[in-house]
Amino acid sequence: MIIVKRKPINKIFDMIGPADNVLIVGCDGCVGIYQEGGQKQVELMSVILELAKKLKENRDIKIKTATVLRQCDRQIVATSLRPLIDDVDVVLSMACGVGAQTIAEVFEDIIVIPAQDTLFIGMHDRQLKKFYELCSACGECILFETGGVCPITRCAKSLLNGPCGGQSKGKCEVGGWVKDCAWILIHNRLKQKDRLDLFTKFREPRDHRNMESPRELGETFVGEVEAT
Amino acid sequence: MVKAHSELMKRIQSGKFVFTGELEPLKTTDLSEVITEAKLLKGYVEACNVTDNPASNVTVSSLVAAYLIQKEAGIETVYQLRCSDRNRIALTSDLLGAAALGIKNILALTGDHTLLGDMPNAKPVFDLDSALLTGMIRRMVEEGKDLNGLDIKGPRPKFNIGVAANPNSNPIEPEIWKVIRKVENGADFVQTQVCFDIEKTIEFLRMFKIFEVPVLIGIFPMKSYGVAAQFDKFVPGVSVPKDLLTKFKQVKSKAKSKEERRKMYDKINLEFFTPFITELMKSGLSAGCHVMSVHYQEIVPKLFREMGLTKALIPEAVIPETVIPEAIIPVVS
Repeated sequence: MIIVKRKPINKIFDMIGPADNVLIVGCDGCVGIYQEGGQKQVELMSVILELAKKLKENRDIKIKTATVLRQCDRQIVATSLRPLIDDVDVVLSMACGVGAQTIAEVFEDIIVIPAQDTLFIGMHDRQLKKFYELCSACGECILFETGGVCPITRCAKSLLNGPCGGQSKGKCEVGGWVKDCAWILIHNRLKQKDRLDLFTKFREPRDHRNMESPRELGETFVGEVEAT
Repeated sequence: MVKAHSELMKRIQSGKFVFTGELEPLKTTDLSEVITEAKLLKGYVEACNVTDNPASNVTVSSLVAAYLIQKEAGIETVYQLRCSDRNRIALTSDLLGAAALGIKNILALTGDHTLLGDMPNAKPVFDLDSALLTGMIRRMVEEGKDLNGLDIKGPRPKFNIGVAANPNSNPIEPEIWKVIRKVENGADFVQTQVCFDIEKTIEFLRMFKIFEVPVLIGIFPMKSYGVAAQFDKFVPGVSVPKDLLTKFKQVKSKAKSKEERRKMYDKINLEFFTPFITELMKSGLSAGCHVMSVHYQEIVPKLFREMGLTKALIPEAVIPETVIPEAIIPVVS
């Protein structure tokens, strides 16, 4: 899922500025699932903002809240938020960068403020309470030949042809010998499966056109579809 | 046998135990210091590596330094080229430039991560890795084509390609596979990371024997305890033997003057590396020795004397009639 981290409250406060009518919009997708931008966090944010405005500027602001099923779905955003949007100055999006942009695409006149910094596509380990970046959306997946470990994401240099000299005892020098060297992980997994032929396989340079932004998929650009 | 384009490769192929040195240009516009260092090595080493932004610390272009060292010091260079900072376009472009400037040896490196250097906020490139870069250079040399198969105009570049290896790597198996991959992709010779343990080194060389690729073992004479301690701490997988480190440490308290300290450091280095190199030569498994005595080149003649080796009669680097108008080359004072 998409991993986000909430911006410091002061920054959010500064971005809202003099606005009187704020709509805080959460998302039940990724950020709702790991409770960073779901209904609960939206309510909490509403209380914090109300209090902060009162204490810092001694004024009341009108806050409305909503949480949509998926903020990255243009149609869902349009139908869920249209009834609420009329007297709103700014929308504070509690979702990822895609969610915030979807609202901005649908309601062009509204200022959208991101409450989160979007970090990466990752795995959630609830036991360790940690998130791990596992995919870079490189557009050319080779996981089947790397023992299920992505070297593009998990090797600091995104190497394709084995480890570099910057590993020792399976740890990477980048970040101070804490993180695993992806290529040692790959080696060990493939060796275990008796598939070292895949480890030694030579991989041609990547075609970076697969990662050329902005990427689109589908026959029609989403902007051409009427929102409602 | 691969075609020898460089004097270094010719020497290796002649069966002589060769020495290469290492020069580190600094973050400067004045290359006189590195050229002076190069002159100290002349006659002792067959060629000198010129480092490319080592450990991702920014220095003057290694291509420019390599060219000026060849020109001013008359010593052949091994131009180190990292993938950390250049995509395939910049790599190709620099390689074509190197060929035009008469560079004959390239050391194809992945390069340290940019996060480790003095501009950690830079965008790391790593478009290619060392294996892919080796293949790319091989194609330029053999076919006269770039990575995409497009023709290079004029004569094909004449390079011998070196790659790096780390016999200290732990675990060693993936490292061996990696070096094999580079050899299969067209590497002509291997220069290793610093080695201290002769047994481990010989074991590594034995594993490599079947690939029939010349391997030059890296050694690192250390100028001071500070240099040794820093190396011990920061270079992955390599540690300076404890007793050697202790000897270095004791110098400071034992030596009375700066001069005496210098002599003691020299002595420790000579006592350690002379038997190491002698053993290496005796093994018949290594093509030579890569002496990484950066900013401590005065040890090299002493090492030769200690081992009873005569100053090799090395012809001056064959540098083609310069293709660059003299006017644009800065005068190195």
